[in-house]
Amino acid sequence: MNNQTPTAPLNYLNHKTGLWSWLSSTDHKRIGLLYFYCIVTFFLSAAVLGLLMKIEKVAPGETIMTAQTYNAMFTLHGIIMIFIVVIPGLAAVFGNIMLPIMIGAKDVAFPKLNLFSFYLFLGGACIALYSQFAHGHSPDTGWTFYVPYSAEASSNVVIALTAAFTLGFASILTGLNFIVTIHTMRAPGMTWFRMPLFPWSLYATAWIQLLATPVVGITLLMVIAERTLHVGFFDPKLGGDPVLYQHLFWIYSHPAVYVMILPAMGVVTEIFPTFSQKPVFGYVPIVFSSLAIALVGYFVWGHHMFTSGMSYESRWFFSLLTFLVAIPSAIKVFNWLSTMYGGSVDLQPPLLYAISFIFLFTIGGFTGLTLGSVATDIQVHNTDFVVAHFHYIIFGGMGFGFFAGIHYWFPKIYGRMYNIRWANIGWGILFTGFNLTYFPMFIMGIQGMPRRYFDYDPKFQLGQTISTIGAVILFTGLITMISNLIYHSKKGAIAPANPWHGVTLEWQIPSPPPHENFDEVPVITRGPYVFDNPHTK
Amino acid sequence: MSNNESHITSYALNFKVLLVLLILTTITILVIKAHLGAFTVAVALTLASIKCAIVLTYFMHLKFESLILRLMVGGVFLLFAIIIVITFIDYYFR
Repeated sequence: MNNQTPTAPLNYLNHKTGLWSWLSSTDHKRIGLLYFYCIVTFFLSAAVLGLLMKIEKVAPGETIMTAQTYNAMFTLHGIIMIFIVVIPGLAAVFGNIMLPIMIGAKDVAFPKLNLFSFYLFLGGACIALYSQFAHGHSPDTGWTFYVPYSAEASSNVVIALTAAFTLGFASILTGLNFIVTIHTMRAPGMTWFRMPLFPWSLYATAWIQLLATPVVGITLLMVIAERTLHVGFFDPKLGGDPVLYQHLFWIYSHPAVYVMILPAMGVVTEIFPTFSQKPVFGYVPIVFSSLAIALVGYFVWGHHMFTSGMSYESRWFFSLLTFLVAIPSAIKVFNWLSTMYGGSVDLQPPLLYAISFIFLFTIGGFTGLTLGSVATDIQVHNTDFVVAHFHYIIFGGMGFGFFAGIHYWFPKIYGRMYNIRWANIGWGILFTGFNLTYFPMFIMGIQGMPRRYFDYDPKFQLGQTISTIGAVILFTGLITMISNLIYHSKKGAIAPANPWHGVTLEWQIPSPPPHENFDEVPVITRGPYVFDNPHTK
Repeated sequence: MSNNESHITSYALNFKVLLVLLILTTITILVIKAHLGAFTVAVALTLASIKCAIVLTYFMHLKFESLILRLMVGGVFLLFAIIIVITFIDYYFR
């Protein structure tokens, strides 16, 4: 993994060599890269599953797989994408690599715990894979594990539940580590309101990881207890209440959406000022909107349950709260646009991805209001509309935020530049493929196409075929983008320390960073987005 | 911060805390037999919260921590309480 020339100065990539030095490293940057390689591998695997599901639906009836295989595929696709890719994704990769550097620290507060979290994550990921190939049927419950089906299904549900539980534990430990790091390890002079906004978003995220994840952990254990010990929590046959499961599951899993999206918001908030060469617009409102999203996000889980038999009072209560969470999200969008307004905008790949993030996230956000309103939600519940909505939020939001982040910090992480032209081409293919794949699903959803069905009425064929073509284009875009990055991580031109003329701390140290980040602990005397360098226009 | 300071509590105090925890555990078990109906869960959760607060205060030394840390832990309890109340509102109105 040493990609530097023999004469390159010592940095975190080459100060120690050999596989063991990577597997046992407590350096936050190396752990971040380990997460990165694992997450990208799992992401591509789950993307292939998604592509296969789309190919299955290119025509009505069975084409390339049976209904049972389709059920297993969407379950595995969901478990990998949600629990292994998007929940840990940005925080584990860019949080680990960049957080200590951006706050002027040499590492996270608990480096060994950080490595332990990684191995828990890896263990959980392996258990999730094992659930597919162990004796018996692959889990077919979907990633939500709704009871009573998950309590009674004959497939390997217990193994999949154990995987989700283990992955949740890794997430809790990472959140704990980040909270303590931000509280105790900021550089001298870095007051809370001199801290860059990506660490702020990680801070809000970490609190959700720490407080919400245990709820789902216990809930999953209760399902395991129900299956193995026949204790009646959720299964009506045993005297349990299935709606209680949905409450407990979504108490975590809705805030988990903010675990995915808040760090992505933090990434693009770093990108807009750098590529506009202008201070971020509304630093304090962005900080408080992150905290508000994290807080209000705890109280909106019921909008997933409008058709589940919840009381009328709870339905309007959750609907109201859901609309409230749109306010801090909108504040952020206005601030990002205002940051670019009047700036010296340089349309480099990170900014292209960041602008796409706004576009796709806004579509996802507005369609989320459709689902947050009780009347319209009942119409489109469990249809392709929901699938399109959350892909616009999760893939269009977190995914494009992740791509923005890797294109932004790639020169810092590897000390090399990728090919800008190929990055732009990859973005174009990806963006086109994304919209072709998911936008038709909004229309089909409104027309009544149910989600999780491997077959469909012939009237949906046009939409399904467009969506399948889109998925092929989308996958081509992914391969183009990733090939460009992989090739240039080894062969790219040597990157300068600050290729984008950024002003936060990570751009003030060499690329790649030294083992312990800073030769001398930096002393912070001003806010993070002061553009008074010669490149500022 | 007080992180690096050590606080030695007496055996007597630790024993008293243990005794209180055991009494509360006994009450938790007896409550099941009292047939309080819809309030059984509420009483059990209240007792569990009290036990948890005692463990945090004495065994985990929250008593000796700074105000901000105590407020953060208190905030977590408040959040959890709100979530439980919202969940049970659904059951009350159903």
